[in-house]
Amino acid sequence: MMQTIIFYALAIGLLTLSFFKDKQKTKKSLKKAVKALENMMPQFLGIIILVGVMLAVIDPDMISKLIGSSSGWYGTIVAALVGGVTLIPGFIAFPTAALLLQGGAGYMQVGAFVSSLMMVGVVTVPLETKYFGKKVTMARNILAFLYAFVVALIIGKVMGEL
Amino acid sequence: MKKFVNRYKFFLVMVLVTIGLYIIDPIAGDKAVDTIGFSFKELLSVLPPIFVLLGLLDVWVPRETMVKYMGEGSGIKGILISIFLGSAAAGPLYGAFPLAGVFMKKGVKFSNVLIFIGAWSTTKIPMFLFELSALGTKFALTRLIASMIGIFVIGHLVDKAIKKDDVDEIYANAAQMNV
Repeated sequence: MMQTIIFYALAIGLLTLSFFKDKQKTKKSLKKAVKALENMMPQFLGIIILVGVMLAVIDPDMISKLIGSSSGWYGTIVAALVGGVTLIPGFIAFPTAALLLQGGAGYMQVGAFVSSLMMVGVVTVPLETKYFGKKVTMARNILAFLYAFVVALIIGKVMGEL
Repeated sequence: MKKFVNRYKFFLVMVLVTIGLYIIDPIAGDKAVDTIGFSFKELLSVLPPIFVLLGLLDVWVPRETMVKYMGEGSGIKGILISIFLGSAAAGPLYGAFPLAGVFMKKGVKFSNVLIFIGAWSTTKIPMFLFELSALGTKFALTRLIASMIGIFVIGHLVDKAIKKDDVDEIYANAAQMNV
């Protein structure tokens, strides 16, 4: 929340400064901002609804059964896959992860889940492709997915599960 | 109208899916609507300043400045700025892509763009505080350090795996884009 306020203060401050320095340029930059936002809107809105529907359908109980602490690497793979295909805002993701831990999920699996959740974005692939092309998008997402297992391994060691 | 339907195809299909879900399972439908409302509020609160800053950046900051600080030969300074900008950012990862587009348009080095995306995805400071309280210090710190290393590993591997021609094409595409 704090950060959003800082961002608004920064944006409004710089916009005011820009306005006093050059009205034309300010107008141009605002036009660009609106155009860029409108350009992305269809994707943003679609993604939001997709995520909402996914979260409503996925049952946390089922997930914690699949990725329990005795589920080992199999559970870690499931966790990374679930993390990769879902896109959950952080303020929901971490409490969910905490619930999963309480529900019997292992640290390794939760580590893989959180890591791939943040770095891999299957639902945002079309958006990413628009800017980075297919090759970079695929490479980045696949590598980030694999890296989730490195994170799981390290967390498993540190938390004493391995 | 046709153009609108075409552009918002994905969105419209998802609205129909949500209505379908509501009919089949009203409880799940309610849950979905709740989450959508929440995310929509997040989107509306987080995105406007990002796009205003993006517009200002595009109009005011000359290419030479961006190249100097984050372009080829910007070295460790460029890397640090990329991490800082990514980590200080607010909002979900999809907000990072349009900014990355402007960066490329302005001549920011490709590996720095990748580091920026990596930092945005995983080392955001407020998110870290959230993780700390939800999952504990040991877990959060370990993951932060592992992710930091991961940003460089992934960025480096992607940078190496992609041919120069492909990078040039991505940059040409970014230059043409309406931000």
